[in-house]
Amino acid sequence: MGPAGGWTPSDHELGRREVRRRQRRRSLLVSTGTTVVVLGLLLLGLLAAPGWPRVQALFFSWEDARESFPAILDGIWLNIRLFVLCQLAILPLALLIAVSRGTRSPWLAPVRVVAVTYTDVVRGIPTILLVVLLGFGVPALQLEGLTNDRTFWAGVALVISYSAYVAEVFRAGIDSVHPSQVASAQALGLGHVRTLRHVVVPQAVRRVVPPLLNDFVSLQKDTALVSAVGVFDAVYTARDYGAYNFNYTPLVVVAAFFVAMTVPLARLTDWLQRRLVERERAGAR
Amino acid sequence: MSGLLEVRGLRKAYGERLVLDDVSLSVAAGDVVCLIGSSGSGKSTLLRCLDLLEPVDDGTIHLDGVEITDPEVDLRAVRRRMGMVFQAYNLFPHLTILENCTLAPRRAHGVGRREARDRALDLLGRFGLAEHVDKHPDRLSGGQQQRAAVVRALCTQPTLLLLDEITAALDPELVGEVLDIVRDLAAGGTTMVLATHEMAFAREVATTVCFLEGGRILEQGPPDRIFTRPGQERTRAFLRRVLPS
Ligand SMILES: Nc1ncnc2c1ncn2[C@@H]1O[C@H](COP(=O)(O)OP(=O)(O)OP(=O)(O)O)[C@@H](O)[C@H]1O
Ligand SMILES: [Mg+2]
Repeated sequence: MGPAGGWTPSDHELGRREVRRRQRRRSLLVSTGTTVVVLGLLLLGLLAAPGWPRVQALFFSWEDARESFPAILDGIWLNIRLFVLCQLAILPLALLIAVSRGTRSPWLAPVRVVAVTYTDVVRGIPTILLVVLLGFGVPALQLEGLTNDRTFWAGVALVISYSAYVAEVFRAGIDSVHPSQVASAQALGLGHVRTLRHVVVPQAVRRVVPPLLNDFVSLQKDTALVSAVGVFDAVYTARDYGAYNFNYTPLVVVAAFFVAMTVPLARLTDWLQRRLVERERAGAR
Repeated sequence: MSGLLEVRGLRKAYGERLVLDDVSLSVAAGDVVCLIGSSGSGKSTLLRCLDLLEPVDDGTIHLDGVEITDPEVDLRAVRRRMGMVFQAYNLFPHLTILENCTLAPRRAHGVGRREARDRALDLLGRFGLAEHVDKHPDRLSGGQQQRAAVVRALCTQPTLLLLDEITAALDPELVGEVLDIVRDLAAGGTTMVLATHEMAFAREVATTVCFLEGGRILEQGPPDRIFTRPGQERTRAFLRRVLPS
């Protein structure tokens, strides 16, 4: 805290810091207290419910959790790989769609039409339908040279669906860059493409990081949709177990896995958002 | 503590960079204090600290004998007594000029709809903005936006008005107009602290001129003395640069 030449805070400042510390401690105490009370009451209400013992046996059985765990772990690993690979495909595809929507050249009109139609149509179709259509449909075509792997086609469906959403996020970011920035770049002699590439897109991408991460979190969960075409991901594995043993505990295990995966990402989103706000605030005068 | 505003040993650093260093300043009711100094000397930062927009690292600010740098003070109550106009006008782009001017009186000061509107229209008229009241800020020129920003601050009838280079964006003709209004305001009992690069303006309206350099107030006094017989070599050098001799 002590920059520039051995400055020591005055007693008054030290007193002020003490008061601030006390204020922080007090608000921490209040927030912890209220949280504990509210959560405690909710838990009490749950445990006092007449059907609780039955629910506990059906959803929270320790044996079933342990027994299904290894298979679910395998399944979750598939979800994670799907998530990462899809994400890698989605980002460049979405940016491409967003940028091509903003092109001006009359020669590129067909590209614009395709981009607009793509986002409109794809966003209108429920993701689960896309997964089923591609996952069962494409292999049924029995085309030469195309894989019949349902996991692959389910992944393609996720890429198609999410790239349309993420493209809109990018486009909102591009539109949010103030027109004066474009004007300045053009006044400096940069063409439309260079302006986009060096001035608009860098600012836009930085600004859309929080909503992008929000879509990542969503995609992470939606990898579970591949279970609709019988791929043995975590959810399908858990349902499979439940169908044979009449116990739904594995579903709770899977839910816990997904939460454990999304929470770090959600915290990262919050942190980035806060940093962004602080930086914008520092620039405001 | 006699004055309306008493600043003692104010210190502000951004990370390693010391921006305000042991700044002390006393402003009595009715004073017009002009902050002058080269770009980056800390004028805007000092004003932002006075309005409690930036937390200070050390030192105190008293307003009417109450320490407003006390962590337990009600920030909003303090700010309700001060008005601030920024270097970049910072009008709300989604509201018309009139709505910009009535927002704070109505929502923060509990002024009635009619009264807020009448007061805003009166002030907007005096600043030559009568024909623009229903437009959005992006339809106005820079100078018009700046005048609207001044009116917005005045509409809350602040006891202390902080102005950050309000004439920088105005054409010479309008500078005179704003000068008149600032003088009117001073006569009407509004105390002002303003940062400016316009030396003629400072010389004319100020009761006290403060010369800042490197985050310190090197010299302060009545404009006649600062501009004609500055005590410090640095002040002399600065004035030589900015004043047409
Ligand atoms: N948010 C910030 N983070 C880091 N440094 C800052 C920040 N804001 C201002 N500074 C630095 O503080 C110093 C004083 O800035 P300030 O805006 O107060 O100057 P000024 O006197 O108002 O200049 P001008 O006449 O150009 O408006 C500058 O050197 C600036 O680089
Ligand atoms: Mg400034």
